[in-house]
Amino acid sequence: MSLPIAPKPGIRRFHQARWDEPLVFELSTPGERGVAVPPVERDVRTEVGDVVGALPDGLRRATPPALPELGQMRVLKHYLRLSQETLGADLNVDVGQGTCTMKYAPKVNERLVSTPDLTAMHPLQDADDAQGVLEIVWRTERMLAEISGMDEVSLHTQGGSAAIWANIAMIRAYHEANGEGDVRREVITTIFSHPSNAAAAKAAGYDVITLHPDADGYPDLAALRLALSPRTAAIMVTNPEDTGIYNPAIREWVDAAHAVGALASYDQANANGILGITRARDAGFDVCHFNLHKTFGTPHGCGGPGAGANAVSAALAPFLPGPRVVRDRDRFVVEEAGPASIGSVAPFHGVIPNIVRAYAWLMALGAPGLRAVAETAVLNNNYLMKKVLEIPGASAPYAVGRRRIEQVRYSWQELHEETGITSEEIGVRASDFGMHYWTSHHPYVVPQPFTLEPTESYSMAELDEYAAVLAEVAREAREEPETVRTAPHRQTVHHTHHDDLDDPDRWAITWRAYRRKYFGGTAA
Amino acid sequence: MTDPFVHPYIPNTAPETRAAMLAAVGAASVDEFYADVPADLRLDRPLDLPEPLVAEQDLARHVEDLLAKNISTRQRLSFLGAGTYHHYVPAVVDEVIGRSEFLTAYAGEPYEDHGRFQALFQYQSLMAELLEMDVVNVPTYDGYQATATALSMAGRMSGRRRILVASDVLPAKLSKVHDFVRVHLDLEFVPTIDGVADVAGLASRLGDDVAAVWVETPSCTGALEARLGEIAVAAHAAGALLVVGTDPIGYGVLTPPAVHGADIVCGDIQSLGLHQWYGGAHGGFIAVHDDPRFIMEMPSRLFGLAATDVPGEYGFGDVAYDRTSFALREEGKEWVGTAAALWGIAAGVYLALMGPQGMRELGELLLARTRYAQQRLAAIPGVELGDGATHLREFTVDLTGTGLGSADVVEALRAHGIEPGVPVDEHRLLVCVTEMTNQADIDRLAAELDALVQAQGHPASAPIHALQEQNA
Amino acid sequence: MLGLIVNPVAGVGGPAGLAGSDGDAVQRRATERGATPRAADRALAALAVVADARPGASVLTAAGPMGEDVVRRAGLDPIVVSRPVTPTSPADTVAAARALADAGASLVLFTGGDGTARDIATALATDVPALGIPAGVKMYSPVFAVSPRAAGGLAAAWLAADGRGLPVHEREVLDVDEEALRRARVEPRLFGVLAVPTRPGRTQARKAATPAGEQAAVAGAARGAASAMRPGVRYLLGPGGTMTEVARELGISKTPLGVDVVLDGRVVQAGASEADLLEQLAAGPAKAMVSVIGGQGFLLGRGNQQLSARVIRALGDDPVMVVAPEQKLIDLGGRPLLVDTGDAEVDVGLAGYVRVITGSATTSIYPVHAPEHEGEGHAP
Repeated sequence: MSLPIAPKPGIRRFHQARWDEPLVFELSTPGERGVAVPPVERDVRTEVGDVVGALPDGLRRATPPALPELGQMRVLKHYLRLSQETLGADLNVDVGQGTCTMKYAPKVNERLVSTPDLTAMHPLQDADDAQGVLEIVWRTERMLAEISGMDEVSLHTQGGSAAIWANIAMIRAYHEANGEGDVRREVITTIFSHPSNAAAAKAAGYDVITLHPDADGYPDLAALRLALSPRTAAIMVTNPEDTGIYNPAIREWVDAAHAVGALASYDQANANGILGITRARDAGFDVCHFNLHKTFGTPHGCGGPGAGANAVSAALAPFLPGPRVVRDRDRFVVEEAGPASIGSVAPFHGVIPNIVRAYAWLMALGAPGLRAVAETAVLNNNYLMKKVLEIPGASAPYAVGRRRIEQVRYSWQELHEETGITSEEIGVRASDFGMHYWTSHHPYVVPQPFTLEPTESYSMAELDEYAAVLAEVAREAREEPETVRTAPHRQTVHHTHHDDLDDPDRWAITWRAYRRKYFGGTAA
Repeated sequence: MTDPFVHPYIPNTAPETRAAMLAAVGAASVDEFYADVPADLRLDRPLDLPEPLVAEQDLARHVEDLLAKNISTRQRLSFLGAGTYHHYVPAVVDEVIGRSEFLTAYAGEPYEDHGRFQALFQYQSLMAELLEMDVVNVPTYDGYQATATALSMAGRMSGRRRILVASDVLPAKLSKVHDFVRVHLDLEFVPTIDGVADVAGLASRLGDDVAAVWVETPSCTGALEARLGEIAVAAHAAGALLVVGTDPIGYGVLTPPAVHGADIVCGDIQSLGLHQWYGGAHGGFIAVHDDPRFIMEMPSRLFGLAATDVPGEYGFGDVAYDRTSFALREEGKEWVGTAAALWGIAAGVYLALMGPQGMRELGELLLARTRYAQQRLAAIPGVELGDGATHLREFTVDLTGTGLGSADVVEALRAHGIEPGVPVDEHRLLVCVTEMTNQADIDRLAAELDALVQAQGHPASAPIHALQEQNA
Repeated sequence: MLGLIVNPVAGVGGPAGLAGSDGDAVQRRATERGATPRAADRALAALAVVADARPGASVLTAAGPMGEDVVRRAGLDPIVVSRPVTPTSPADTVAAARALADAGASLVLFTGGDGTARDIATALATDVPALGIPAGVKMYSPVFAVSPRAAGGLAAAWLAADGRGLPVHEREVLDVDEEALRRARVEPRLFGVLAVPTRPGRTQARKAATPAGEQAAVAGAARGAASAMRPGVRYLLGPGGTMTEVARELGISKTPLGVDVVLDGRVVQAGASEADLLEQLAAGPAKAMVSVIGGQGFLLGRGNQQLSARVIRALGDDPVMVVAPEQKLIDLGGRPLLVDTGDAEVDVGLAGYVRVITGSATTSIYPVHAPEHEGEGHAP
């Protein structure tokens, strides 16, 4: 064949990298070294002698750890191949991981944070030597205070669930300080709120009351009123919920909680569609949290590090974790947490690289940018919803005919009834096209769910591409279901058998466990 | 309505696209999408934020200028530890975790995210070799959380409330653990003797209401616990677990706690290939034996090997996904969230680069330099070592005999570009040495401190005849 | 190996406007009205999915219209182990199911409605897993797949699961009074249980805490109930698997289909009648403890002879404690829980919202509806 080249087909002929790469242990060659360590200086050795030999018997390791031995380039090559076998948001139209807010993490931020001016800083250095990082922490706190409308902000937590924990820990401390710690034993949440709300409340010692939505999928205020009592410590709600539905009665919810002396905690993991539109404080919340790795553009890192931000009213400020960054005229200093603080929730000041990335992201966008982020995220979501609902077999339960905020929880129930193919099978086949999605938090309230959140980062053409892939897989479910059922076909590995993962006698969480169970402890 | 604001991060702010999309969904403006947001909750003014730096070069300059105000441990001679450590980060580690795929992936399946699963399975496996335990979790937030969770697991498994704290614990770590466990567990402190556990005192306090004995080795002063075996025997005899908080950096030369009977080993992985990041890079590990009773109590994800349709292919998945079919208790198993996966991948790369030889050499180097620094500083008149235990990487010095307070020493040496350590109290300083502080660095610290002590002119430092002259 | 039983007259009554298909009279009337048996077509749709995945696979079945014909039409290989009497009767279904079990079927597919499900449950109990291909009018028992093709998908997944099958969970088989249904009053009774396979959620990131296994969830709810029980109070434990689990938590045994009275951790009356309960209530404070029966969400119904309106009245304020794992509420798909005691005043008192104990530290608030008008049914 010769030029010109035919047009590309509508759906790309994707194939994931497939290196068939062994486990790193299998690449071990005795004597190879990946990186060398400086030797003990001669004078030091003269002075201290054989420090290893001098260790008490119980402390001296008898045999070396069975770590693999590889040369440096081989380690690099191995891990780069694994990286190629991973579908990051930078590489795919990552609108499928609903509620994760897989937006663009600007590359300039990677360059900015990797300066030794930041990486080589120790948190206990003289504050005079840390004015740059302290100022960034302080300014980021102030910006998040403005965005949330709250009075004080802490950036100590390392993720959204950790921030939820910090919120409930502060609420617990608040009630204890008021002498009501023994009385207020209950926390109220909803079935669509992130499970970490209930889980953190339970870990903090509370009984959890879960409310189910009304027939339209909106949080049920009447049910809330029934659940509230003088035993209520707090309501913990996510709004908009993962269905993408905003609770129009949110203010009434907060007021109802306050009326019984309970506090209101706001899970703002889903803030991306409402930045600059509506704020936590204006709805009356006492505490809220953000996920910096969702809304504020820090990368997800395969599952962390993330970073959480807690924003609280003045009444809750004394309970914030420490240490705190304080502005003293034109200097920034570190102050230990006050006597009422819940203490340190994490080492030092939080996930500094992500705080700096979030700072840069906010500075790149400003108020008009955040407004554009929110509006575009919502526009993208409603646009994608229109395209997805054109696919036969897909539906968007609840709030039928109404707009959504920044994400939608869809259902393949109709397609499932028609074909027997499940939502999970569709998701696996989608990976053959370089796409993926997330179904839902457990429990699956929406049957055969898939939750899409486009964010503001993807172009219209990319949203079209994503919808086209879903439509194609739905077509296959009807016309060639075995293709879907036996997927994936163009991925790094083939259909995986998961039964061994649930059987204690068979599961292998590490290479050494695998060798022990199946090869009598020798190298496989 | 906003004016057309086109931004490189937001492609659909391009006006024609925006109009086309609005037309496609049949909306006159984006305001329609906010119909469920009550008018009185709508913000009626723009957010009060700094003017945006839309041009990338402006943003870069602004942030670079800010960070340039920092003076890092490249320019200061630092002996700071206390939870964040100055270890060398090999270039290959940064290269791997800087890759876009690893950096921006999240929660895909073990198909399209196969590499992520393998990298984390390898991290689990490499740590397992170091610690001699068959199960290691996908990292949790940090060592503080890992320890709090480990103790909570012991509480859940036993149904008991008491925790005997046998070592000196970093105050910030203790603060976190205490607030996390206090509803379910009571922390009871058994004061250390000469920096390490009071084994007899522990034994006398054990009873059938103790869920676990908690040992930290190295402790927050860097002291290594040499009697773990005895502690394990005593704890187990009382039906309690032994939970050991530790740093993996020393296990190229040190016996892993599991060998002595530790049931749950936990701690932080920052030392394994993570920069100091102003204290902002931590990951927590929890290691247990391959025992379903323990595994079922772990709130973290656990990646395991799985076969695929094709022989020879390595597949992966979540182990014990439906964990609670075995669970003793359905509630209270904490939560799983975005934590520290990329740092786990980094630690795995680090261990693969170091290998057994590298870890052994590093362990020896740390022991040697710690001992050397101890000896050099203890040689200064009036300076005493905090205790007689074997130390790894950190140790305290007691300055009482010099007449100097620890804060004074810090202030004075800072003026000379040295961070001598972290004040533990009015008279004690916690000094940290690593492979990054060599003999010359330690000699310099000793010389500076010695000069300071001499200048102070405390009786203990002056010759006897000078003292007599003073008193004459 | 799969087994298949087709109830050839199932679904005959439905489109012809007749409730249910039991009884020769109804079947004759339906055929007169031109109704054609739908069961075979539905079974064929399910088997087509299996045939796609395993062409030519063998299926244990009963002769002729009770399965053999459909298996052959689907391109699969029928192994006939039972021969029915025509016209087919419930006894034929029971015999066929027993024959499939004896021949080694690992999963029995059946087409029909609740009546067929009862027959299968009579034969198999939970010894052999079973799955319903919906074809009947009445499907109150949550033992059916959502559609014939969904049933086929599950069966194909069962075969593909390396001989280890899929997880199975106990599902209630309900007994609805045919005559009552025709008078448009519906209140299902618990008849028995079947072991029904489910497709486990394997893919998708576990960003959230792992969900409780169903068994663990029921056990958790039972623990919550047990820890909420007060000394000196009589608890009237209703029927169903969750109540059996509560009894297990207390260390006592319970009649699975009846109402037992428990006081201070001991059974003081097992299998109590309405009269027995009224007598017990006179002796001290009491509460009824019930779970959610079946997929329709009934808490209390007229068919429940023991926990009658009179008993509920006699219990006074806040008479009922509801215990159920969260998944039971979610399975209602947003539909309310239902009470229909036959006494409008009692029903109104129970309607609104109810607190459901779902774990030892967790409860849920869920809407409860009562019938608005006497004589109207709740059939979907």
